[in-house]
Amino acid sequence: MTTFTPRAAPAAATAEAASTPPLLAASGIHVELGGATILRDVEVAVGRGEVVGLVGPNGAGKSTLLRVVTGMLRPAAGDVAVAGDALEALPRRELARRVAVVQQLPEAPATMRVRDLVVLGRHPHLGLLARESRHDFDVADAAMRRAGCDQFADRELGSLSGGERRRAFIARALAQEAPLLLLDEPTSNLDAHAQVEILELVAELAAGGAGVLLIVHDLTLAAAYCDRVVLLDRGEVVAEGAPSEVVTSEHVQRVYGGGVTVLPHPASGAPVVIPSRLES
Amino acid sequence: MTRESFGASVREAAAILPSGTTTFLRLPTPGPALAGVTLLVVVALVALTQGAADIPPATVVRILLDSLPLVSVDVTVPVTQETIVLDIRLPRVIAAGAVGAALALSGASYQGVFRNPLAGPFLLGVASGAALGAAIAIISPLSADAYGFGWVPVFAFAGALGTVVLVYLLATGGGGVDSTTLILAGVALSAVFGAATAFILLTGGEQARPIFSFLFGGFNTSNWERIAWAAPYMLVGTVLVAMHARVLNVLQLDEEQAAQLGVSVTRTKLIVLAAASLTAATAVAMAGVIGFVGLIVPHAVRLAFGGDHRRLLPLAALFGASFLILVDLLARTMLSPQEVPVGVLTALLGGPFFLWLLRTRRAAAL
Repeated sequence: MTTFTPRAAPAAATAEAASTPPLLAASGIHVELGGATILRDVEVAVGRGEVVGLVGPNGAGKSTLLRVVTGMLRPAAGDVAVAGDALEALPRRELARRVAVVQQLPEAPATMRVRDLVVLGRHPHLGLLARESRHDFDVADAAMRRAGCDQFADRELGSLSGGERRRAFIARALAQEAPLLLLDEPTSNLDAHAQVEILELVAELAAGGAGVLLIVHDLTLAAAYCDRVVLLDRGEVVAEGAPSEVVTSEHVQRVYGGGVTVLPHPASGAPVVIPSRLES
Repeated sequence: MTRESFGASVREAAAILPSGTTTFLRLPTPGPALAGVTLLVVVALVALTQGAADIPPATVVRILLDSLPLVSVDVTVPVTQETIVLDIRLPRVIAAGAVGAALALSGASYQGVFRNPLAGPFLLGVASGAALGAAIAIISPLSADAYGFGWVPVFAFAGALGTVVLVYLLATGGGGVDSTTLILAGVALSAVFGAATAFILLTGGEQARPIFSFLFGGFNTSNWERIAWAAPYMLVGTVLVAMHARVLNVLQLDEEQAAQLGVSVTRTKLIVLAAASLTAATAVAMAGVIGFVGLIVPHAVRLAFGGDHRRLLPLAALFGASFLILVDLLARTMLSPQEVPVGVLTALLGGPFFLWLLRTRRAAAL
């Protein structure tokens, strides 16, 4: 049952796209940490209804970029705008109403129940002394159904499997009713089926009008589910565009080194990245 | 689609669905609060009847009613009994209740801020600072009756808050507040102040003996003046902590998540820690060092009634009050006419509980 509808419908999204600013527009991002340059002149944009994949080897700067666009890390140079407003100008609460983040390994008390976690997603909509209203609980319930965790809403987080836990945190992000979702490796440590299930959910959310910035390690999954892919290497954007343009043998071998082959998927034609043994 | 229509579509959806999806936060459950209040009233009444002179509960109730403004009850009891209840036992019961509530509330706050159920109100040096302050007041040539109750609580209060401020300053070098640094600074400063207090004890001779009674805590010196003096600080601290109850729930996630949900993490932590420290410092100034209450009461309440701070904080205060009134009753009756220091009793009860806690938590791998 699909009852959760993010703010903008897809039809509206395309019409709106021309007139409204992108949900996320970061340009010229430069980050230095401990004397090393982590990001150099990086640009990334996410529009409504769009899934943008951020890929690259370990240490390429993907998570750093995520921390920059969530306001956790101030870049040495560059501009970040969220739904048209400069990031620095947005109060924390307002930012949390526009951007929802699911970290790679988010912490929460093991005894907290799923629905209590999801209700915390309503925090940016509540004043200091406010109690959750009927509406807040309804939004949380809808978010749980949308993320497919209403079946285990009363279970404690400590009792969940990896995939269930991921769904619970995605539901918490949905409860924020933010138009932009940032997901840091939502498929890591999941079995193949659970990975596909999570990414199907991501695709549905985008179809409902949400903008998604997705960090993924698996290039094949990125190619299958993203509208656009941004390939980062050592802090720089190496390639950016449609999956078939970015996930190519040439790019992959240049960035990741040897040991991989890129073939078209037999059914969809999307690029599939296959590891092969190194020849010495 | 606007937010309003989004909300409408969600409400529509919710109307179709069975109402079995109720969040426990949605239903206020008065049960635990009622139990807490009932327990407090019963414990307080028992404490008022027990002592060197046994005064029946009915008499106690009549004396209490008569003392209320605009209420007149025919009290045919000796004036001595009235004096015992109103001027000796009642301030003592109220002081024990207030200190128990304050320690439990501040303990729950510290545990919430540090996301560690083993944190307590003395973590940042509140106890050691207060003890040093009291020790200095006791050996100093200052007059013994400032504010009608001596300089000891005033110095203890200053020592406690001064220490906490010092710990904050030491731990907040680079802008943010790191919990580990904060705790380590508290431990280090506590060691230094503990040594200074021991030095005063050893060199102060007979004059330093009252320091012992401060170190072990108790309510034998409680009076109305001291309660009136402490009340404003406790109230301010309690109100500030209570205001942040829901935000403390969000802080149970890691700090980055809390920030991404719109919480000003550093500011919130500082406000709650300052308010909790003010509350704890006032409690120590009132009654000396009473350990483990701030540790075991909030933890037991969390185990029994869950981790929502909007329930945890008031319930911890309620049960903390009952607990300390009961312990004080034991302290003054078990070896009567001799009094056992309350801090000794709470340590005897709390120490084993704490050890049990450590072991079960390790078993639960938390």
